[in-house]
Amino acid sequence: MSLFNIFDIAGSGMSAQMVRLNTTASNISNADTASSSVDQTYRARYPLFSTVMTGEMGQQAAGVEVKGIVESSAPLRPQYSPNHPMADEQGYVYYPNVNVVEEMANMMSASRSYETNVQVINTSKQLMTKTLQLGS
Amino acid sequence: MGISVDNVLSLHENAVKLRSRRIEMLATNIANADTPGYKARDFNFKQALADAHSSSRSSFSLQATQPGHFSSGRDMGFEMMYSTPLQPSIDGNTVDLHQEKAKFTQSAMEQQVSLTFLDRKLKGLVKAIRGE
Repeated sequence: MSLFNIFDIAGSGMSAQMVRLNTTASNISNADTASSSVDQTYRARYPLFSTVMTGEMGQQAAGVEVKGIVESSAPLRPQYSPNHPMADEQGYVYYPNVNVVEEMANMMSASRSYETNVQVINTSKQLMTKTLQLGS
Repeated sequence: MGISVDNVLSLHENAVKLRSRRIEMLATNIANADTPGYKARDFNFKQALADAHSSSRSSFSLQATQPGHFSSGRDMGFEMMYSTPLQPSIDGNTVDLHQEKAKFTQSAMEQQVSLTFLDRKLKGLVKAIRGE
């Protein structure tokens, strides 16, 4: 019964969007985490979505899964502030390559997508209830 | 003369089955709205319903018992198609979320209609059987 599959599909979408929201939260909260070396600096991380096919050939339904989390390769923000307690020998501290504006947009997109998946589940639930009550 | 339950329900039965397939497909598109490289899929409901209706009148069909089996094209066979995006995106994803949402809502409403019809038909049958 394909209405049952919808719960899996929309559920996978919801959990994927949740991971995305999690990484966004982590990026935003670490946007100003200073560090004294390039290697130890936090880098913006993003989830990598991919489609999972299930079902028989030609009639596949597909959910979404998070393949992994990738770190952004954008340049870090070095700042010259010799008085900072974390400053290195040259007087630099390094800030993460997080773009807060980008993260906010990402957050809105993720929460909207999550909402859409919730609506899909709600609608299927209504249809299922209606099917169960057939003829009664 | 007896009432054939199959004849009474056949069109709506097929319609409900096919619509739930279509709703599932649209849910797939919505879930993958942010997946890079995903191509939105859909099928021609009118054509599929006509095919299903004509094949349900024929005497036999092949059954797929394993997940890898191809469908025989007789039972609920429909041609999957990729939808053409109104606006291409850089990551290769062709899902237009608003369009998919609209199609999903429409399909859900149509499904409600089919279910209401089925409900009324069943109630009619029950009434005829009881003879009250």
